[in-house]
Amino acid sequence: MLVLPLIVVFVFSFGERGPAGGYAPAFSFDNFLNLGARWAAFKNTMVLAPIGTLACLLIAYPLAYFLAVRASPKWQTMLLILVIVPFWTSILIRSYAWIFLLGGKGLPSLIAAMGLGHIQLINTPFAVLVGIVYGYLPLMVFPIYVSLERLDKRLLEAASDLGAPPMNTFLTVTLPLSMPGVATGCMLVFILLMGEFLIPAMLGGGKVFFVGNALVDLFVQSRNWAFGSAVAVALVLVMLITVTAYMRFTRRWAGGRDDISLM
Amino acid sequence: MRLYALAVYLFLYVPIGIIVLFSFNAGKAASQLQGLSVQWYGKALSNTFVVEAFQNSLVVALTSSILATVFGTMAALALQSVKGKSRALFDAMIYIAVMVPGIVIGIATLIAMVTLFDLVNPALKALFAGAANAPQLGLGYGSLIAAHGLFSMSLVIIIVRARISGMDRSLIEASADLGATPWGTFRQVTLPQIAPGILAGFLLAFTFSFDDFIIAFFVAGSNTTLPIYVFSSIRRGVTPEINAIGSMVLAVSLCLLIAAQSILRRKADKS
Repeated sequence: MLVLPLIVVFVFSFGERGPAGGYAPAFSFDNFLNLGARWAAFKNTMVLAPIGTLACLLIAYPLAYFLAVRASPKWQTMLLILVIVPFWTSILIRSYAWIFLLGGKGLPSLIAAMGLGHIQLINTPFAVLVGIVYGYLPLMVFPIYVSLERLDKRLLEAASDLGAPPMNTFLTVTLPLSMPGVATGCMLVFILLMGEFLIPAMLGGGKVFFVGNALVDLFVQSRNWAFGSAVAVALVLVMLITVTAYMRFTRRWAGGRDDISLM
Repeated sequence: MRLYALAVYLFLYVPIGIIVLFSFNAGKAASQLQGLSVQWYGKALSNTFVVEAFQNSLVVALTSSILATVFGTMAALALQSVKGKSRALFDAMIYIAVMVPGIVIGIATLIAMVTLFDLVNPALKALFAGAANAPQLGLGYGSLIAAHGLFSMSLVIIIVRARISGMDRSLIEASADLGATPWGTFRQVTLPQIAPGILAGFLLAFTFSFDDFIIAFFVAGSNTTLPIYVFSSIRRGVTPEINAIGSMVLAVSLCLLIAAQSILRRKADKS
């Protein structure tokens, strides 16, 4: 059930566009040779997906650390639920909130009123990045929190008893031990970002688009399913290659991966 | 540290709060607050397109989550007896279904379904050769329910399985030793224990389907669900009416989430 549709996509990618759109059987590599036509989408995705993942990580790590190590146990569960709840609410509405905030009458007009000049926020890579961080932060916080929570607190006490300054303890004990969580979080966010459609569609306004947007265009608007399938196959291949390389790279210093669950 | 956490929470919740606040705007301008009123809620609820889209969403979410819950629970129970290599394979496949981007699932389901329809429709036509209009399969309710049901089934499996593994196995053995039939044991021992997981899985499957845009966008055909309606009207500009619809959607998923969470936690505390 899961694999069959992917095989159909693979077969379609060698076909050609039907006379009335859709798909007509054929066998050629033309679609793959034409991939250059959608190069901009691949380039945007390959640039913004890693940057977005990194931005999520940088913002999520201190929060996860706070939740796991510093927060009082009384509030811990409540605070954790507050992080997860947005993840389960409509990403459409949450991205829409940022159209509202970053649009001409939102923050830019506030900045202009403060006499700081006019700036364009919506329909820029920055807006897409804000949307990405907003949408995927919970997914990054959770695995890091889990790995920090499991961390044996006695190790931290031992390090400080032996005279290590807090920063050293963090860098040599906490950080390496939380790497499995970091690796899981980065991979989850990165994989989902590679296929992202909604956030660039809403906050990029046609100027910043991902492979996902190219796919929607090819399947829904121009109805060139064969070429669309080729783009999809290329996307899955790029994803597989990056994820495999990433896993090879992380396994060397991160050990196993944590099991994640979002409820 | 505390200030940083506060800032992140503000970042997470202020945009949502602003949408809700502006949905009560008395004025017509989307971004100027001119007193409070509920007029936009009235307007949204009397818009026939919104009501129709809402009904579609509700029907699809309800049917697909019931299907996902029934089949997901059965799958989770069946997976118990699968061990070793094939178990690892099943586990990997379930996690893949949750991790693959929605867009790939949407496209793959669309293509698979259209291919299937192309195969089945001529056969149906031949079968009903005499009838004036032979039944033909097409994209619509059915395909959307199937796609959502399939996808949220893996959510249900993961949640129910977590409860099964936390269950006290000796109770089942005790029940069997005391002469209960397998069905009796299931009904009186297993089911009550995993019920919270099933219910939580159902609520999450419902939330998923109700909020989903991307899969619906591909396979809904000419049917409109609420997220599709919101997406296409955002393209025409920001209005207080969308704020009101958005706030209602958020409220629905929040209620379901809180219900799911409290069910899972209350039972977890007891055991």
